[in-house]
Amino acid sequence: MMQVYLDNSATTRPFDEVRERMRKIEDENYGNPSSMHMMGVTAEQEVRSAREILAGILKVREKEICFTSGGTESDNLALIGCARAGMRAGRHLITTKIEHPAVLETMKYLEGEGFEVTYLPVDAYGRLDPAVLKEAVRSDTILVSVMFVNNEIGSLQRIADLSSAAKEANPKLLFHVDAVQAFGKCRIYPKRMGIDLLSVSGHKIHGPKGVGFLYIDEKVKIRPVLFGGGQQKGLRSGTENVAAIAGMAAAAEILYRDLETETEKLYRLKEGFVRELKLLEGVSVNGIPEEEENLYANILLTAPHVVSASFEGVRAEVLLHALEEKGIYVSSGSACASNKPAVSETLKATGLKKELLDSTLRFSFSVETTEEELAYTLDTLRTVLPALRRYTRH
Amino acid sequence: MHYSSFLIKYTEIAIKGKNRYLFEDALVARIRQALKKVEGAFLVTKNQGRIYVDADGDYDFDEAVAALQCVFGISGICPVVRTEDEGYDKLKEDVIRYIREAYPEQDQTFKVNARRARKNYPIESMELNRELGGVILENFPAMRVDVHDPQILLTIEIREHIYIYSKVIPGPGGMPVGTNGKAMLLLSGGIDSPVAGYMISKRGVKLDAVYFHAPPYTSERAKQKVVDLAEKIAKYAGTIYLHVVNFTDIQLYIYEKCPHDELTIIMRRYMMKIAEHIAKETECQGLITGESIGQVASQTMQSLAVTNEVCTLPVYRPLIGFDKQEIITVSEKIDTYETSILPFEDCCTIFVAKHPVTKPNLKVIKRHERNLEEKIDELFARAIETKELIIVE
Repeated sequence: MMQVYLDNSATTRPFDEVRERMRKIEDENYGNPSSMHMMGVTAEQEVRSAREILAGILKVREKEICFTSGGTESDNLALIGCARAGMRAGRHLITTKIEHPAVLETMKYLEGEGFEVTYLPVDAYGRLDPAVLKEAVRSDTILVSVMFVNNEIGSLQRIADLSSAAKEANPKLLFHVDAVQAFGKCRIYPKRMGIDLLSVSGHKIHGPKGVGFLYIDEKVKIRPVLFGGGQQKGLRSGTENVAAIAGMAAAAEILYRDLETETEKLYRLKEGFVRELKLLEGVSVNGIPEEEENLYANILLTAPHVVSASFEGVRAEVLLHALEEKGIYVSSGSACASNKPAVSETLKATGLKKELLDSTLRFSFSVETTEEELAYTLDTLRTVLPALRRYTRH
Repeated sequence: MHYSSFLIKYTEIAIKGKNRYLFEDALVARIRQALKKVEGAFLVTKNQGRIYVDADGDYDFDEAVAALQCVFGISGICPVVRTEDEGYDKLKEDVIRYIREAYPEQDQTFKVNARRARKNYPIESMELNRELGGVILENFPAMRVDVHDPQILLTIEIREHIYIYSKVIPGPGGMPVGTNGKAMLLLSGGIDSPVAGYMISKRGVKLDAVYFHAPPYTSERAKQKVVDLAEKIAKYAGTIYLHVVNFTDIQLYIYEKCPHDELTIIMRRYMMKIAEHIAKETECQGLITGESIGQVASQTMQSLAVTNEVCTLPVYRPLIGFDKQEIITVSEKIDTYETSILPFEDCCTIFVAKHPVTKPNLKVIKRHERNLEEKIDELFARAIETKELIIVE
């Protein structure tokens, strides 16, 4: 049976080069970067060269890269670290309703610590309007956090416009971007786009799990949230995960080598997939604007690798398992169960019809996704959907 | 205090007449089994109507007690200080040290209960009681003797070794598993069925279990949850053979052919039939369900009668008169509650009607079941044929 992995927004397969690189380091170069002897020095060089690669991709300074344990830690460090450092200037934070829990839950924590948080609505395609953001900024706003690409529906924010709108209203605020789903798919230049902090995760870009980084503009005032041996200039104590850091950098290097070609390929795949999905009965695709003259142009306004689709009259979990039986791995828009519907806040925020909330699946591609895989997925949907629709809960 | 042995108390087995040794042997075997997983080496012996667990060297006391507390048939676990007979003066010292360490307050009432099982010991029981009582009074002036209702009943047994004990940790009660046959538990992912299994197992019944799996409507995680629950019951019940039956096709067939408000009740009849079929194949003497009167539509008196009708084996429903909260209390005690409430869909809820029948009429149900005649036997046979066996320990 064909195996089709379409859950790349959950995690990706580590590239072979990444695994080789990591194994080599674990085998030969397992020193602690803080050790004074030669083993430490070589390990430190690995970290330094990873930093160099990542800084090069973002066109930022090497010292502006802080390695973390992943996207969640990067978001926590950015939000908590900046909120604590900036609380004398103000206690107001702004974010959107469709952020990842790593941001939303951290915001909730900060509310408990005495900060005030504004959660902005998005349009039907999951986009934040710069005018709405500008309106929400106050003189005591210290931080705005907006995700680059939404993990559930693939909406793509106009980051540069958002940042300049926010900073027009209050030039002192910091602009944080959760780029966990965008890094490796989009060119991101923080200096040009007005991004002060940027969160990235390793395992979403064909790197290892348990590693990520936070870009922090050198002028940003930030406090650590982890304390200990004072690594990474005291901002993030803890021995650097050398092999994982090197693996993540290797993955990023591969992805950015040929980014435009790969991205175009993904957009073409997405276009074909979406076009076919829309032809199926009772299927709608979420998060794709209808502003341009053709589908492809509209798809270019979204992320290249995420497709969210709703299937009338079918429960997402059941369809997910039915696809799984055919070797296709996807994810449901909302992890849901009969007795405790945990409905997706993102889907709700985009105004998706209530009866479709529990009928929505996410298909997420990677550079390894092929046309054949998508054709097989569509074929499977064509046979599975009518069969499932015969049996429904009344 | 270092307890080097346990005296195992059991009450109910003691009254089983001629079969007593069977029960005792089973209990010894269960204790040995339970202690296998505990750090340390243990010698379990049966001696003149008592069971002793002697630790050989270091062991983990808490772990050992926890393991013993899962062995049905044990009513009490007495931690024992075991010493060698090195003369009366040494015994005096041991008793003083025992009181000092076991009762730091040293202000209780007590009674000494010496038993000279080894008759060549030079001092007889009555004299030991008096002498050692005196020793305690001398050394701990705040302690007083009370021969009728002492707070501390200090037992000193003179055997090959000398055993000193006074505390009893409650055991789970019941009878050793395996002494009362075997039954098939219908295990869902819910709160009730694990508790029902526990309760029947407590009466010495060995358990097999059957779980109805309905992919793609129920997930692999729902199945894993049932395996996890079986593991928790197995801590008490010993190894469980868990039969996983794929029920999807039967369920969809019923859905297609029968009135929707009768789906659940007809489905349950087929579950009982399949469970009974496997039960007979595996030599079980009964079925166990977690049903409780009136809890849901399929558990009204009428519904229970209709599901019961398909079986010839007796169906044991130990929770029949329990309220939900009473069931939850037991499930918390046996540590299945947290797992049971994990939110995965089980096959009883996927197609449940908004208003299922609550007073099904057997004649009507049977008439509707005739709609299934064409394919049901084949589906039934396939469900049995394709079942998966998971051995849960």
